Amino acid sequence: MRVTLTVNGSQRTADDVWEGESLLFVLRERLALPGSKNACEQGECGSCTVLLDDVPVCACLVAAGQAAHRRVVTVEGLAPRGELGPVQQAFLEAGAVQCGFCTPGLIVQVHDLLRRTAGAGLPPPGDADIREALAGNLCRCTGYEKILDAVRLAASRLPVMP
Amino acid sequence: MNRVEARDKVTGRARYAYEYPAHGVAYAYPVQAPVASGVVRSVDASAALAMPGVLAVLSCTDPPEIGSGDDPELAILQTTQVVYRGQLVAAVVASTLENARAAGRAVRVDCVARQHDVRLRADHPGLYTPEKVNPNFPAVTEYGDIAAGLAAAAARVDTTYTTPVEHNNPIEPHAALAVWDPGGGLTVFDSTQGPSADRDTIAKVLGLAPDRVRVVSPHVGGGFGSKGTTRPHAILAAIAARAAGRPVKVALTRQQMFELTGYRTPTIQRLQLGADARGRLTAVVHDVVEQTAIRTEFAEQAAVCTRAMYASPAMRTTHRLARLNVPPPSWMRAPGECPGMYALESAMDELAEAAGIDPVEFRIMNEPRTEPDSGLPFSSRNLVGCLREGARRFGWADRDPRPGIRREGRWLAGTGVAASTYPARRRPSRATAEASGDGFIVRIAAADIGTGARTALTRIAAETLGAPAARVRVEMGDSALPQASLAGGSMGTASWGSAVVKACEALLKNGSSGSADTAEDVRADAAFARHAFGAQFAEVLVDSATGEVRVPRLLGVFAAGRIVDETLARSQFIGGMTMGLGMALMERTGVDEWEGAFTGKDLAQYHVATCADIQDVDAVWIEEDDPHLNPVGAKGIGEIGITGTAAAIGNAVYHATGRRVRDLPITPARLLR
Repeated sequence: MRVTLTVNGSQRTADDVWEGESLLFVLRERLALPGSKNACEQGECGSCTVLLDDVPVCACLVAAGQAAHRRVVTVEGLAPRGELGPVQQAFLEAGAVQCGFCTPGLIVQVHDLLRRTAGAGLPPPGDADIREALAGNLCRCTGYEKILDAVRLAASRLPVMP
Repeated sequence: MNRVEARDKVTGRARYAYEYPAHGVAYAYPVQAPVASGVVRSVDASAALAMPGVLAVLSCTDPPEIGSGDDPELAILQTTQVVYRGQLVAAVVASTLENARAAGRAVRVDCVARQHDVRLRADHPGLYTPEKVNPNFPAVTEYGDIAAGLAAAAARVDTTYTTPVEHNNPIEPHAALAVWDPGGGLTVFDSTQGPSADRDTIAKVLGLAPDRVRVVSPHVGGGFGSKGTTRPHAILAAIAARAAGRPVKVALTRQQMFELTGYRTPTIQRLQLGADARGRLTAVVHDVVEQTAIRTEFAEQAAVCTRAMYASPAMRTTHRLARLNVPPPSWMRAPGECPGMYALESAMDELAEAAGIDPVEFRIMNEPRTEPDSGLPFSSRNLVGCLREGARRFGWADRDPRPGIRREGRWLAGTGVAASTYPARRRPSRATAEASGDGFIVRIAAADIGTGARTALTRIAAETLGAPAARVRVEMGDSALPQASLAGGSMGTASWGSAVVKACEALLKNGSSGSADTAEDVRADAAFARHAFGAQFAEVLVDSATGEVRVPRLLGVFAAGRIVDETLARSQFIGGMTMGLGMALMERTGVDEWEGAFTGKDLAQYHVATCADIQDVDAVWIEEDDPHLNPVGAKGIGEIGITGTAAAIGNAVYHATGRRVRDLPITPARLLR
């Protein structure tokens, strides 16, 4: 089948998509966007987290057909002009990146968390909120402490909403 | 400075092994043995070959040509004898990953099953003593009069601890892309911890000269030992690419990783310790039983840490193995020290209590002057400093030693302590340094598996050259670069750093370029006992109704020589401690004795610590200036963080509840039993 969707602001089309194919497979194998990682293929690790119509999902659990005519944002779409987004910048500065394989999913997840909280004029998320929001994104390297630092740093830099 | 490659990683631009493009690439999918012991009678590929896009089916009934069968695990598809469930018996090569996978499921493997044995037990009739334990230690050591020491003891413990099968589970599944060039040379993009060694192994298995093989691995998504040796997927990619006449990618699934990429052997460890009335150890016995595989032996050195820890007039350490129908165990973060220090440090806690002595003070009382087993002087040893600094920071002085008396609502509270240790070694490596434009390029076939090696080596080179780090570029992760040791044994910074310092010094002397080989230096290293030490303190809360264990505080204090980069080091220590927390409370691969199979082969059932499982984890260190190590002055920090953590948490759980769980992980079911 043919799947047309908007990825990182551009309309993209994939042909000969098998009905059982995941959105993750289409992104990585057909649209040359390997930023979203494939590490468990069953929604346990969060490495493939992308935004689907502004909602974070595990792209491995979304059938490609379900994403047709919808908007997908991947980690590649969070730094569109060669600049870093605020979450990416905070991960870099806080030392929250080690092997990097969980990083793209975490960055998308944190981007969503901050958009829903501090970015929406609400108070920045507390540590318990952050830990809960990121509980579906496994990291085997960092022990999460520097990831928490990065989230706090990114939240502190968001403009205060009136 | 920020991590050198962080920008590529936060934007999704960093390429991992599977993600390299190759023209006309095909995909191989492994087919695994459905029995734990038996013979493959036939492999029927007819249905698979008729499926869309299928290019070839490889099978153990028609062995592909290889060069060396010395390593039976890498001599893939060479025998129809099955010795563990999940052994590679066939593979499908197809035009897409989905086609290969679908066809893999259509391959019919007809096996005659034999009786299998996958159950490790302390009285297994096949137990034997290996010649050496990993990497090259004697399996058995003994000195002094054990019986007299135990008989004279005023307090003693005789306890047995068990640890389960644990899997490394790096987040990046093992993957390889193999590309043959028309001249018969091979390039493998592999997820490996050591491109030089990986190249040599792949070349040997395939019967090629090492200079015909190149391994490329600039970014590796974690390994924790499981990518330290060449794994079957890399050989499969090369053989499949040869058969298909196209580049081939292999990406193991999370499930396949459980059988094809190694794991930590389960252990049964008996500790017999005695102490006199003043709290001095009178005897130490550490007897270990572990499993290994039928065709390959891996002997985890679980009792070796005990040889370096505490002064005792008598000591015995032993290792025995049972050969079972299981996949080959291998390296997992701090092999030996990790399970060994769990058992020793749990027993030390039990003995301290039996002797009526504070567990911090008890360890300090038994501090040795020289390494107990070898008699060698320590190059530096600051266990006492770590214990004292940790006790001060943690607020240990006010601790009431009585177990099971602190209740906060329905939560029982407790604290525990344990020591950490890991050897400080280095291996020969080569490096070059070259002035280029207004900067410098340093080349070494090192690997950055997430440790921060690229950043640490950049700093080390910049310091040596007296140049800003921004003007130094380190090229690594490619076997075409100067040969280097692998990222393992916490030896990377010491081994590679030695070569980088030397190459940069040669450049400063010669003008525009320098090269170094540390083989002679390493051979000439003076005889010292070189170890990093540490102390970990845990606070736990145990739900008296459900048995849930929470860890509100975990503090590690380490003495590991010079710390090259504070941000990298802190995250390495905390990452190790967090994996240790997982070991204490959740990590376990099930073994189905009837099927002869690992169970729970995914991240839904093999639980690693998530963000929400962690609360306050902190790591600090004591500055050490040790002149007997290497030009960098570093001891290595990748593994010590996981040693001792499980004991500290287990000891805290006992302090909270009065229940001593001696089998990991400490699950609610075990606490409530």
